[in-house]
Amino acid sequence: MTRTVVVIGSSIGGVRTAQALRSEGFGGRVVLVGEEAQLPYDKPPLSKQFLTGQWDVDRVLLLTEEKADKDSIELRLGVPATRLDIAARQVLLADGASLEYDSAVIATGASARPSPWRPESGVHVVRTLDDSRRLQARLSDGGPVVVVGGGFIGAEVAGSARALGHEVTVVDPLPTPIGRVVGPEIGRLFSELHHRHGVVTRFGVGVEAIEGAAGDLRVRLTDGTQLQAATVVVGIGAVPNDGWLADSGLPIDNGVLCDQYSRALDAPDVYAVGDVARWFHPGHREYVRVEHWTNAVEQGACAAHNIANPDDLRAYRPVEYVWSDQYDWKAQIVGRPNHGTRHETVGSLSAGNPRAAVLYTDETGRLCGAVTVNWPKALVQCRRLVTDGAPFDDALAKVSALTPPSGRSAGEPVAGARA
Amino acid sequence: MPVLKANFEACQGYANCVDAAPEVYDIDDDGVVVLLKAEISDEERPRIEEAARSCPVSALTIEDA
Ligand SMILES: Cc1cc2nc3c(=O)[nH]c(=O)nc-3n(C[C@H](O)[C@H](O)[C@H](O)COP(=O)(O)OP(=O)(O)OC[C@H]3O[C@@H](n4cnc5c(N)ncnc54)[C@H](O)[C@@H]3O)c2cc1C
Ligand code: SF4
Repeated sequence: MTRTVVVIGSSIGGVRTAQALRSEGFGGRVVLVGEEAQLPYDKPPLSKQFLTGQWDVDRVLLLTEEKADKDSIELRLGVPATRLDIAARQVLLADGASLEYDSAVIATGASARPSPWRPESGVHVVRTLDDSRRLQARLSDGGPVVVVGGGFIGAEVAGSARALGHEVTVVDPLPTPIGRVVGPEIGRLFSELHHRHGVVTRFGVGVEAIEGAAGDLRVRLTDGTQLQAATVVVGIGAVPNDGWLADSGLPIDNGVLCDQYSRALDAPDVYAVGDVARWFHPGHREYVRVEHWTNAVEQGACAAHNIANPDDLRAYRPVEYVWSDQYDWKAQIVGRPNHGTRHETVGSLSAGNPRAAVLYTDETGRLCGAVTVNWPKALVQCRRLVTDGAPFDDALAKVSALTPPSGRSAGEPVAGARA
Repeated sequence: MPVLKANFEACQGYANCVDAAPEVYDIDDDGVVVLLKAEISDEERPRIEEAARSCPVSALTIEDA
């Protein structure tokens, strides 16, 4: 009998899982279900190259019908899954159809946390292709932009809006928003990046209310001041799309709880990957949920391996990796810098020619994370060193010994200079 | 034998490929991908394909010779 795998969610996690099943030699049926009618597309460009108009839709597509055909991936797009019936091994769809599965993979990702402020119009979030298109259209009407949320997506949208010529202000209740990920000291450098590019920040201040309509919005802040905006973009995080599983019996707690093999707890035929999965990370010895592109790809590949090779289960213990393109910084973050107690900078993050690697260590004395800026070679090195659990001093010596990029004419990196 | 291809213009130096298959992909000092081999065997193809699919800008492909 042919086995059937039903993958629910048609973005990066779902698409890569389906493709990886074929690479792993899985010969059964693979069905990919997606709520959006749009062909599967990628999200990172939606706050960057797609928003600014540099890339068109074709460049963000993850899968075409031909590619799906070639791998015998059956597409069921434009219809959300509404229920998972574990006892009957069925996925129920909104159009009344049901799909029987031998294994199911939940890849329904996350949604933008909705804006708690709802004026008549003019408030945007950025999560889907349509979101990005709508924002792009609104921005083309001109006028000042207020971005609420100074995390990665907020910072990227601010950079893109600035590049399009808008006056931009970023508001965040935290004094150093990116500091949550990279520590306050390096976080401050990310804040200064906004200022260097003419973007105003109002950090450490919350939003009280947003009034008006598109083109004429007033953003009232908790310190009593007020900002005028034509457009407001709210980037205050994401919430996992696990609501449709509420009556499935699966344990859900801010994501689908999974074991170290990415199998849902108590339901070994059901896997979860990407933004929606909270799995037991055997390296960290805790349940984690990660909202990074590379995690969705790697977890999808691992789940596909486990489905295709049930006698050779592979635990999923990735080293975290995320990139963020902000202004002239290509920032890459590996491991868990926010667990660090001390850090050292190789190179320089000052204006002009920023290029550096910041290495973090914790009380174990090992390299626990790194942030690199405009220096991919150092990133590769740091990723390996974090994976190997390298002692901090060795890691620092290795990264300091790297040749700086030849394409840029900055001076030699200053080994071990304190940030 | 399957042939490795890279779009050097598209490459953004995210280095996922290098992490996934260090024996065929590397990165130069400017952060651009380097192909360490021109061809791969059919046996390695599935694994290298997975590495190629880990590229966030789809800069890597594997073609039939
Ligand atoms: C604007 C933006 C910029 C980003 N930039 C970066 C970056 O620079 N670097 C980085 O590492 N990460 C970035 N990310 C994060 C990264 O894109 C996510 O981690 C990744 O998309 C997660 O993939 P996923 O497949 O798990 O979930 P998602 O991408 O959320 O996809 C889930 C899919 O499931 C579908 N779905 C939901 N519910 C149902 C249902 N009931 N039935 C059927 N289908 C359903 C959705 O329509 C969607 O297509 C960014 C994210 C955004 C939004
Ligand atoms: S993963 Fe893609 S972008 Fe990154 S280095 Fe490799 S080819 Fe370049």
